Amino acid sequence: MDYANSDAPPKAGPRDPDLLLPHSARGVKVVVVGGFGVGKTTMVGAVSEIPPLTTEETMTQAGVGIDHNPGAAGKNTTTVAMDFGRISINEELVLYLFGTPGQERFWFLWNGIFEGALGAVVLVDTRRIEVCFEVVTRLEDRRVPFVVAVNAFPEAPHYPVPELRTALALSDSVPIVTCDARDRASCRDALLELMVYLCTLAAQESA
Amino acid sequence: MTSENQDPWDEAQPVPLYVITGGADSSAKSFDLVTLIASRSEPEPSMSPEPAAILSMCQYPLSVAEVSAYLTLPFSVVTVLLSQLVADEHVEAIAPVPVAAYPDRGLLEAVIHGLRKL
Repeated sequence: MDYANSDAPPKAGPRDPDLLLPHSARGVKVVVVGGFGVGKTTMVGAVSEIPPLTTEETMTQAGVGIDHNPGAAGKNTTTVAMDFGRISINEELVLYLFGTPGQERFWFLWNGIFEGALGAVVLVDTRRIEVCFEVVTRLEDRRVPFVVAVNAFPEAPHYPVPELRTALALSDSVPIVTCDARDRASCRDALLELMVYLCTLAAQESA
Repeated sequence: MTSENQDPWDEAQPVPLYVITGGADSSAKSFDLVTLIASRSEPEPSMSPEPAAILSMCQYPLSVAEVSAYLTLPFSVVTVLLSQLVADEHVEAIAPVPVAAYPDRGLLEAVIHGLRKL
């Protein structure tokens, strides 16, 4: 790569259309969690108003005892990428959507992500449902409210909702929806399902 | 490979990250991924490239996650840079909406309303 002037600061930043309003006041976040290839980034991209971006976190001490990382012996930092997108809700509120891997070895990322998050969408591929067992348990332990969204891959087996509920050991109150991670409206509906569920929980809490 | 006890730094990052942060240790616990950063001053010629870039890109508010993405620096490094910029009053950090065990109903309704417009 050539630099015309190596002293110039890096020209980085958003494209003009990706600028927020100057008075955008507060951020909130929702997490999309699931296994590799389940469609997290696709879902984030489908509803985001900006092209999905990637932030990195280095895993050092935080990963000790959690990430076995057998392929990287002697390497004491590992970088994990998280894709995210953004939806401007109104003039005062910006919703960020983070995709994070569900496997146990990535749980060190969860502290920063789930703290202060409204809730989570657990994205499920019915061909590899096992990744979601630990995710669901872990979210319940952390008391993070979540809905389950089954990404309807065309070639994936179709299970009736009650069977999925049993398979994932979900309580009756946790919503399960089917979605197409490529489709904006479908992903929006999954997010709406989460918000409506959160309203229900909030109402129960205050009752 | 000139050194036999080569440090296992990330191969893709030629500059050790502590150089970029000016050697500062992380005392940056207060930043969330969605803390919004807004510049309060223009970049100065004496600044290092990364803080200067942050001031340029945050003329309009950006989340810490976006700053990290655009600078292609890890979140933890960006928060160190940002704590210095906040301390020097070059940027303002706007904390996310606080979310209790269950979020505020008004907040949820605003989000629902916003999503329906998508």
